[in-house]
Parts: sequence; structure tokens; C-alpha cells
Amino acid sequence: MDIKTTLMIIISMVFINNFILSKFLGLCPFLGVSRNIKPALSMGLAVIFVMTLSSIVTWLVYRFVLLPLNITYLRTIVFILVIATFVQFVEMVILKKSLALYRTLGIYLPLITTNCAVLGVTVLNIDNFFVNNHPVAGSFFYSVLEGFFAGIGFTLALLIMSGIRERLMLNDTPSLFNDLPIAFIVASLMSLGFMGFNGFRF
Amino acid sequence: MGKNNNLLKEFTKGIFKENPTFHIVLGLCPTLAITTSLGNALGMGIAVIFVLVFSNLVISSIRKIVPDKIRIPCFIVVIASFVTIVELLMQGYLPDLAKRLGIFLPLIVVNCIIMGRAEGFAKNHKVLPSIFDGLGMGLGFSLAILLIAGIREFLGTGKLLGRTVFLGFSPSAVFILPPGALLTLGLLLCLFKKLKKEG
Repeated sequence: MDIKTTLMIIISMVFINNFILSKFLGLCPFLGVSRNIKPALSMGLAVIFVMTLSSIVTWLVYRFVLLPLNITYLRTIVFILVIATFVQFVEMVILKKSLALYRTLGIYLPLITTNCAVLGVTVLNIDNFFVNNHPVAGSFFYSVLEGFFAGIGFTLALLIMSGIRERLMLNDTPSLFNDLPIAFIVASLMSLGFMGFNGFRF
Repeated sequence: MGKNNNLLKEFTKGIFKENPTFHIVLGLCPTLAITTSLGNALGMGIAVIFVLVFSNLVISSIRKIVPDKIRIPCFIVVIASFVTIVELLMQGYLPDLAKRLGIFLPLIVVNCIIMGRAEGFAKNHKVLPSIFDGLGMGLGFSLAILLIAGIREFLGTGKLLGRTVFLGFSPSAVFILPPGALLTLGLLLCLFKKLKKEG
């Protein structure tokens, strides 16, 4: 694992290939919980948490269960089950350990199972860091890094969007554009802005 | 006659009145990501119809055996199995298309439309209406992505299905890039709202 690849993964996941604005992963929660800043932040934290940990778990499952048994075609089924179980488990642990955190994340946790960004990042990890069914050097570290920073990128976009939408509420938009249509157009302009990061070169 | 009418109703409601994309705004990720060309949208549409029809069929036939508490994981396994079937078939017979749809092929599992129909319809309806519901919703979704893909491919490249439509039309590439997808959907949603308001 060298510094250059590490840096590239970080910048690419947060800015250039931002999951929401350039890959269209996780749009449902992006529009669903971006009306106010506070729930958006909670959702973002929950997603970072789940994405990082499921990157760890699915990498281990793929490397030590699916590959040796030669059943990699079951990847989709196994990963979604792992994520669903895992989210349930995290919910139980948080409920037991910290009621305050549970109240903040509460309803957003179960929703994460169907967030395609989570399944997306785990599938991408396997596509990127396994070549011909062999893990590349530092594969595990990169996968976890990608999971964590994809979560950060998701949270960043969600926070910007919720800030803009809070302001939009006070504005007088044409009635046909109220709520969702205008949110899409705002997202489109944001995405145009993020495209500017494409110019980054190493 | 009445029975046939009901089936027809289950079938047609997904196409306009309860269109999953424009009415309920579900399943957005593939809607925006793969609509860069009509060909991709066609492939995705067919894959989703297949998964939706068969998962509705299976879920509505096992609806009485599955305990209520663990129904969601059960449904997900059913859906994921059909998605895997589509994935393998497409990789075998249409490798180019499979490559272009890429990560969005396995991601059909988490397309909220499919889970939404399982939970909202197949769970408490008989097998036949569920099949028609799946067919109609799948078709509604396909038409929606075809419409978006058509607009984006035409404005972004000046072509439809890879063929040039007008000579001397200068396309604006932004429409096949991510911002164009969001803009197109935003404006279409607005148009749909207006159509519904007028009846």
C-alpha cells in the first residue's frame, strides 16, 4: 500500500467519483432525508459506520468463504444477506449500549439495508481490488479505506444538499417545481460543480 | 369479465397512474445511472421486468408460509436469487450489455421498486394479480427509463439507438453526464405533475 494510491482513493471517493453526484448510488436517502440538516447528519454518520464495517465483513467473507469454496457467483445474495444481518446487529448493539445514539440514528438504521450505496461499495471493492480472484497487494486496507471515504463523500453531498434545501423552503418557487423537482435541479447544479474535480491529476 | 377487468387494472395502473418512477419516485439509482443510451435502458428494463414478475410470483405463492417477522430477509433472498439468474444469463449471452450495466446489474437487488411491490402488493394478493402487477410496474419502469434515456441520448449525442437522427444537430454532451440525468428527471417530474393536475 503506497501513499499515492491511498491519497487517490480518498480524493476520488470524496470528490471525483462522489457516490451520489457522479455514480448515482444512494439517491433515495439523499432525497428522502435531506430536508433538514440535523437528520441528514445522523443519516450520514450511520452510513459511514455501516459502509466501513460492511466493507470489512464482506471482504473477509469473499476472501475466506466464497473464494475457497469457488462459489463467487453467489456474491450478490451473500452480500445483501450479510449487510441486512449486520445492520440488524448494529441496531441491537447500539440500542443496548447507547440509548442517546439510538434515538439519533433510530429510524435511519433499518433504511440503510436498502441503500444501494452500501451494497454498491462492497461490490466495487471486490471488482477493484481482486484481480482474477486474487487479492491485490493491500487489498483489505484499500477496501476499508474505500468504504470509509465513500461514506464521507455521501455525507458531504447530503449535508450540502440539506443546507440548500433548508434555504429553499423560504424561497418562492413555482408551485409545479415544489419539493422534488427543484431538489433534482439543485442536485444537477451541484453535480455540475463536482464535475470540476475531474481535473485533479496526480 | 369482471375478473379480467381487475387483472387489466392491476396491469395498467403501473404504467401511468401509479408509475413507480414518476409517481412514487422509487428506484432512482438505476433510473439515472444507466439512462445514457436507449440500448442500456432497454436491457435494464427487460432485466427488471423479469425479476419483478418472478419475484412477485414466488413471493405471493409463499406468502402464507413465511412468518411475518422474518419476511424481509426471505423476500430479499428470493429477489437476490432472480437477480443472480439474470446476471449470469446476461454475462453468458450479452456480455457487452452486462459490461455496460456493470455494477447496476447486481444492484437490481436493492432497487426499491421490487421490494416495494413485494411488501406492498405480492405479500397480500393472489398469484395471478401479483404477476400482472409485476408486469405492469416493470413496464411502467421500463417506459420511464426509455423516455429519460431517449431524451438524454438525443440531446447528448444527437443519436437514437446509435443512429444519427438529424444532420447538423449539435449535441450538448452534458446530457449524457450525471448533471444532465438529474436535470432531465427534475423537468420530467415537473411535467408529470402538471399532466396529473390537469387530469
